Amino acid sequence: MTKNKIFWGTVAPLAAILSSLVFVYIILSLRGVDPIEMFKLMVSYGFDPRNLVSEVNQTVAYYMAGVAAAIGFKMLLFNIGIDGQYRMGAFFGAVVGAAVSLPPVLHVLLIIITSMLAGGLWAAIAGYLKVKRGVSEVISNIMLNFIAAAIIAFLLGEKLLGILPEGSQNVQTRPIPASGQMPTIKIFEGEVYSFLFVAIFVGIAYWVMLNKTVFGFNLKATGLSFRAARSSGVNAPGMIFITTVLSGAIAGLVGMGTLLSDTHSYSMAFPSGFAFTGLSLALLGRNHPVGIFFAAFLWSFLERSAPVLEFEGVPPEIVIVMQGTIVLSIVIAYEVVARINLRQQQRAVGKVNVEALSEKESK
Amino acid sequence: MGNILEVEGVEKKYPGVIANRDVSLHVREGSIHAIIGENGAGKSTLMKTLYGLIRPDSGSIKVFGQEVNLKSPQDAISLGIGMVHQHFKLADNATVLENVILGSEPSRFGFVIKYDEARKKLLEIAHTYQLDIDPDESLANLGVGERQRVEIAKVLFRGAKILILDEPTAVLVPQEVTELFTNLKELVNKGLTVLFISHKLDEVLSIADDITIMRQGTTVATRKPSETNKKELAELMVGGELPKPIAGNQVVSEKSILSIKGASYSRADGREILHSLNLDLYGGEILGLAGVEGNGQSELIELIMGLLAPTSGSVEVLGLDASVTHTKDIRNAGVAYIPQDRQRDGLLMSAPLWENRILGHQFATPMARGIWVNKGAAAEDSRRVVEEFDVRTPGVNVLASALSGGNQQKFIVGRELSGDPKLIVAAQPTRGVDVGAQAIIWDHLMQARSRGVGVLLVSADLEELFSLSDRIAVIYSGSIVSVLNPSKTTPEDLGLAMTGAKSA
Repeated sequence: MTKNKIFWGTVAPLAAILSSLVFVYIILSLRGVDPIEMFKLMVSYGFDPRNLVSEVNQTVAYYMAGVAAAIGFKMLLFNIGIDGQYRMGAFFGAVVGAAVSLPPVLHVLLIIITSMLAGGLWAAIAGYLKVKRGVSEVISNIMLNFIAAAIIAFLLGEKLLGILPEGSQNVQTRPIPASGQMPTIKIFEGEVYSFLFVAIFVGIAYWVMLNKTVFGFNLKATGLSFRAARSSGVNAPGMIFITTVLSGAIAGLVGMGTLLSDTHSYSMAFPSGFAFTGLSLALLGRNHPVGIFFAAFLWSFLERSAPVLEFEGVPPEIVIVMQGTIVLSIVIAYEVVARINLRQQQRAVGKVNVEALSEKESK
Repeated sequence: MGNILEVEGVEKKYPGVIANRDVSLHVREGSIHAIIGENGAGKSTLMKTLYGLIRPDSGSIKVFGQEVNLKSPQDAISLGIGMVHQHFKLADNATVLENVILGSEPSRFGFVIKYDEARKKLLEIAHTYQLDIDPDESLANLGVGERQRVEIAKVLFRGAKILILDEPTAVLVPQEVTELFTNLKELVNKGLTVLFISHKLDEVLSIADDITIMRQGTTVATRKPSETNKKELAELMVGGELPKPIAGNQVVSEKSILSIKGASYSRADGREILHSLNLDLYGGEILGLAGVEGNGQSELIELIMGLLAPTSGSVEVLGLDASVTHTKDIRNAGVAYIPQDRQRDGLLMSAPLWENRILGHQFATPMARGIWVNKGAAAEDSRRVVEEFDVRTPGVNVLASALSGGNQQKFIVGRELSGDPKLIVAAQPTRGVDVGAQAIIWDHLMQARSRGVGVLLVSADLEELFSLSDRIAVIYSGSIVSVLNPSKTTPEDLGLAMTGAKSA
C-alpha cells in the first residue's frame, strides 16, 4: 500500500517533467536549435559548483514559499498572499533587527520570530475576512499584496525607517548589526546560507505537525470536509483562521536567508513573485516537504541555467515555458493517478463484496 | 400483455469482479416491476446496462421483442427507455420547464427555443399522467417530492415508454412516497412500464406487480406480491436467514440524560424553526423521533450536539449546557453522533478508513495521546469495527469513498458505538442500506440500549421507528406534538400525528 503510494507519488512528477521536456524539445527543434545540446549545456552550467551554491540559496527561499503554500492547500486555501506576507516579514524583521542589540543567537531568533509574526498577522487580515465575512482569500490577498508593497515603500521614506547609503540608488532599512546576522558556509568558492538548516527544520516540523498531531488531523479534516470536521467537534472556522496565519508566518521566512546572511537590510531590491512560485512548488511537490524541496531545487536550477541559453541565441524565456508546462502536466498527472488509485481500491472492495457474498452462500 | 423488455443471460465482468452474470429479467408491458437486492448485488450494473451506460460482455437484451445493442443513453432514450436517477440532475436556478427541456429543446432553426410548444407539451404530459407540476415555478422553491416529479416529467418529455427509477423512495418521506406511488400507478394505467429498484420490502410488496430478486450479481427469483411475503423476500436477498434483533433486558435510568426545556431556535433570517420544544430522554431507552422532514429535526440534532445555540430555552446533555459547550466537549462527555448526511457530515471521503475512525474521537484517548494522534490504535480499532460490523473492505487503508453507501454507514455506526457512549444521536441510521446491514445496525442499537445507553432515533422509516422505539415523539413544525407508545399506536395514527393533525 505505502509502496504503491510512493511509486505513484514519484511517477507523476517525473512524467510531468518528461512531458515538459518533450514539449520544449519540439519547440527548440522548430527553431532549428539542437535541443539535446541545449539540455547538455543547461545541465553542465547548472551543476557547476559555483552556480550550485546560488541555486541552493535560492532553493531555501523557494522552499519556504512552497511550504507556506502547502499549508494553505491542505485547508483548500489558495494563499496568493505569500508575496505580501514575505515582504512584511522581511521588512519588519530587518527594522526590528536593526533597532535592538542582543546577544548573537537571541538576536537572530528575535528577527526570525518578528518576521513570522509580521507575515502571520498580515495573513490574519485575509483569514479574518474569510471566516467572518466570507471574502475569498484570493481576492483579499491579491489586494493585500499591493497594500503591503505600498506600506513598505512609504515606511522606507528617508524621514521614516529608510536610509540612502552613499553611492547607492536604493533606499533600505538600517543594517542589522553582526549579532543579528547568520553565518554562511563556505564551499566551492561560494557561501551557502546557514538558514538552510532552519528551512530543513521547518520542513520536518510541518510534516510532523500534519501527520502526527491532533492539530494536524483537525487541519486536514477541515480541509477535506468542513462539515464533517465541524460535526466531529473541530472548531472549523477557527482552524481556517489559524491555518491562514500559520501559512503567513512561514511565508514571513521566505526572505530570511538573504536578509540574515547576505544583505543585512531590507531594500526595494528584494525580489517579488514568490506567491505564484510557492503555489506551483506546493502543487509539484504534492504538499509533501521532500517533494517541495526537489521542486524548489528544480525551479532554482532552471532559472539559474536559463541565461546560458542566450549565448546560443535561444531566448531564456524557454525556461518559463518549461516551468509552465511542468505545472500544467503535474495537475493532470496527479488527477490521473488519483483516479487510478480510487479505481484500484473500488475494485479491491468489489472483490471483497463478491467473496463475502459467496461465503454466505456456501454456509 | 407481452413482455416489453427481455434480458437473457447478461454478463458483465470487471477485472477480478463479476458485476452481473446470467441475469435474466422479463418485464411485462404496463406493469410495475421491482428489483430488490443487497448493496453490491448487481442492481445498479443491470440498470446501467439497460440505460446504455455499460455494455455487457455477453447476453441479449430485447426491447419490444427486438434484439437491441445499446451503446449509449441516447440509444436507450430513442428506444423509449428513460432513467430517473436517485440523485436528481436538475438546475436550481432554472424553472421547471427549462429543466425539463434542457438537452432536448424544441427549436426553430436550431437556436430559437419554442417555449410555447414545449410548455404545451409539458402540460399535456402533466395532464395525461396526472403529475402535479407548474412549468413556470422556479426549481429552487421545490421540495424533494416535487423535484422527483420534474425528473419523471423530464423522462416522459423525451418519449420514454419504460421508466427506470433508481431507489426513488430513498429520499422521500411517507406522504411523498404515497404520492409517488399514485403517480406510478397512473403511468402504468396509461400504458407505460415502470422498473424500480428498492431496498424497502414493504413498499415493493404494496406497489409492484412483479418482484425480481438479485443476489451476488445474478437474478435468483421472480415473485408476485400475492405469492410471497417479506420474510421470503429478505431471505432470498441475503441467501439465508436474517439475524434478529435481540430485545434484551431493559433497565431505564431515572435521571434524564437529555433534557430539553422550552427550546426555540430562529434562523438568522428570523424564521423560527424550533418553537419551545420539550423533550426528555432516559438512559436505557430508545426514543424515536418521527416527523416529516424539515420540521426541525436537523436543527434539534444540531442543538443537542452544540453545533447551534438555542435562541431561548435550555438544552441539557449529560448534565452539560449544550448552548455554551463546545461540540468537542459534548462528544467527550459520551455523546455519539450518527449524522443524517453521512458523506458530508460523517466521513472524510478522500481519507483512509483509519483516519475516519479518529474523526469525532480525536480529542480523547485512545485515538489521541496528548497532542499526538495514535495511528496504531486507530488502525487496530478500525479493523475491529470492520470485523464486528461486517464492513466489506480489503483493509483499513482504503479510502472511505471506495466503499458502498451501506458499508460506509456500517463503519460510521461502528465508530460511533466505540468508546462506551452514554447517549447516541442516530439520524436515519439505516437510510439507503440493505436489509443485511440494517439488521446489524438495529442489533447494535438494541444492544446499546440494554447496556443502559439512551438512543435518540431520528427516522423517516416507520418500520424502524416501530421495531426499535420504546417511545415515539412526534415533531411537527418545530414542536413535539405528541409522545406515543408504539405498542398502542398504529402506523396510521403516527402518520396522522406527523401531519400535525391532533390525534385522539
